[in-house]
Amino acid sequence: MTTTPEPPVRDVSDMTSAPPGGSGVRVVDGDHLLSLRAITKDFGPVQALKRVDLDIPAGQVTALIGDNGAGKSVLIKTISGIYPPSSGQIFWKSREVHAHAPRDSSELGIATVYQDLALCDNLDIVQNMYLGREETKFGQLDEIKMELATKDLLKDLAVSTVKSVRQLVSSLSGGQRQAIAVARAVMRDSELVIMDEPTAALGVSQTAQVLQLVRRLADRGIAVILISHNLNDVFSVADRIAVMHLGTLVSQGPISNYDTASAVEMITTGASSRVPSTPPVVN
Amino acid sequence: MSTSIEDHAPHQSGGDVAIGVVKQFRRLWQGDSGLGPILIGLFALVIYFQIRNSVFLSAGNITNLFIQSTIFILLGMAEIWVLLMGDIDLSIGFSAGIGGAIAVILTSSQHHWPFWIALPLALVGCTIISIIFGTIVIRLRLPSFIVTLAGQIGLAGVLLFLIDSQGNSGGSLPVQEKVLYNLVNGNFTPVTTWIMIMAAVGLLSLFILRSDRRRRAAGLGDKPFWLAIVKVVLLIGAGIGLALIFNTNRSTFTTLNGMPFAIPIDVGVLAVGTYILTKTKIGRYIYAIGGNSEAARRAGINVNRYRLMAFAFSGFTTGVAGLLYVSRLNGISTGIEGGTYVLYAVAAAVIGGTSLFGGRGKMIHAVIGGLVIAIIDNGMALINVSASGLEMVTALVLLAAVVVDALARRGSTANG
Repeated sequence: MTTTPEPPVRDVSDMTSAPPGGSGVRVVDGDHLLSLRAITKDFGPVQALKRVDLDIPAGQVTALIGDNGAGKSVLIKTISGIYPPSSGQIFWKSREVHAHAPRDSSELGIATVYQDLALCDNLDIVQNMYLGREETKFGQLDEIKMELATKDLLKDLAVSTVKSVRQLVSSLSGGQRQAIAVARAVMRDSELVIMDEPTAALGVSQTAQVLQLVRRLADRGIAVILISHNLNDVFSVADRIAVMHLGTLVSQGPISNYDTASAVEMITTGASSRVPSTPPVVN
Repeated sequence: MSTSIEDHAPHQSGGDVAIGVVKQFRRLWQGDSGLGPILIGLFALVIYFQIRNSVFLSAGNITNLFIQSTIFILLGMAEIWVLLMGDIDLSIGFSAGIGGAIAVILTSSQHHWPFWIALPLALVGCTIISIIFGTIVIRLRLPSFIVTLAGQIGLAGVLLFLIDSQGNSGGSLPVQEKVLYNLVNGNFTPVTTWIMIMAAVGLLSLFILRSDRRRRAAGLGDKPFWLAIVKVVLLIGAGIGLALIFNTNRSTFTTLNGMPFAIPIDVGVLAVGTYILTKTKIGRYIYAIGGNSEAARRAGINVNRYRLMAFAFSGFTTGVAGLLYVSRLNGISTGIEGGTYVLYAVAAAVIGGTSLFGGRGKMIHAVIGGLVIAIIDNGMALINVSASGLEMVTALVLLAAVVVDALARRGSTANG
């Protein structure tokens, strides 16, 4: 496809960054897009995250699973810059970064699609896709350029159920809205897309469509973190699994290491008799 | 699975055209512009009043109607800027009065300021007033209703003070400057009227055809070409009709003809407002903030900045309304009903189809709503209905507009 936007050269020189291995031990290898090392997050006396180590490779779907209160949401909010970690390191493409605000992480190329999707109902699909970064020509909105690019991208992602890209978002179904929110993340050249329960409110066929879309993101080389309670979804779309239990990351690895029974066991008890748990990295 | 993001076939059969016409009509009726029901209501009113009194559609009365509606239209457009964000501004009636008073006082025989300083100063004054209230609403996160209600009361006092400060005025100050007087009362010559109207029609037609051609060239020809042609033909017809009406002699004693200066002022404010709302980032962000301010914030939009801008645009438009108000009444008096004018401005916007909850509305809504209010006003007077009847009918029309709008909108979500 000719329409894939070229990833722009990112200037991260303004971000606080340390050269890999510059300060003491080099703790991450270069294969992972995002690596967390010993991430801890305290809310007063409550420890929401306890020394979490997580690796997210590019081009793969990593399912983040765990029971309510296991720390999944806090973890993704830490990654997306909403909650800066209390301690620990975040490496983006092997360079340490400090994301203090959502803006920092989105400048790195991290997009988060929350459950409420953050779309404007009174605007159409094109207007929502470009909200905040409209194309202009002589100070005037370049509607044709934006509409063509939106059409191309939706075609590329095989989002085929919308009648017209000039449709108001208020007239879309839940699955279509999810697709638009995800497509918007792709349009912004995101390299990591975090999705929080994308199929929670959807019917069967719409769930299938969204999962296909998740798969296509990974096929484009985008890393996806998928939070889901639905193990059927997880096993049908994920490449890797990371299990959280009471603020610790108890296990992570390729999906072939797990089956539904062991996953459920780990979600509920934090360990499985069948899968060896990953020991925490000790620095 | 076939992709359904499709373009229309380049050539259509007769049946397709018929379906297209129905589709476009439905779009007009309940679609994004939502002007269908209110236009039909407007025509019904016109026909009714014309049957009851044949003077109604005389050239003189139609011109008069445009002048009568000017204050509602301009204040309505001022109100739409804030309504789009889900806010309301109750102070613009008296703010307009203050703008008018500034112009009247500065150009009076006492002060002798030239109009080209005094009139812009009046506009700046109104803009500053709106920026002050906007800042209070935005920075302190207060409801605009209460802040501007306080503003309404306070500005009424300021206006009294301004008028009383001019010595023994007896509660009213006359317009003593020719340009200010002529804003409403002056007319173009018939030839200039033709030139101006045809220039505006030509320019607009050019825009319509050019944007249609561009979309078609980019492969986005989703609207049939005949729609653009129909628009242009209607536009030319309306232009010729208006020119003929304006150029008919309106006086039985002397010759009084030509387009009033107020008309191009209205059209200019409408054009600039519509341009900002539809063609610039500012407009896009104002709609986004009105639709879902949290989504706008997460998209990286500086919500407070654009909200304040909308207040500023509202204030400027209020200033224009104030100038035309004093020009039409040939002065400013302490008896100005600033509170009532605001409510009529909101009514004009809502009758035209603007939502009180933000995110939905267009500048043209104020024009149509303002015309409807003026038509009722004017028509009821022509058929000798008392003031009590007039107000009750205005109320019914406002209510009907809201009901029809709500029903049409429900229909559109069900079909869409």
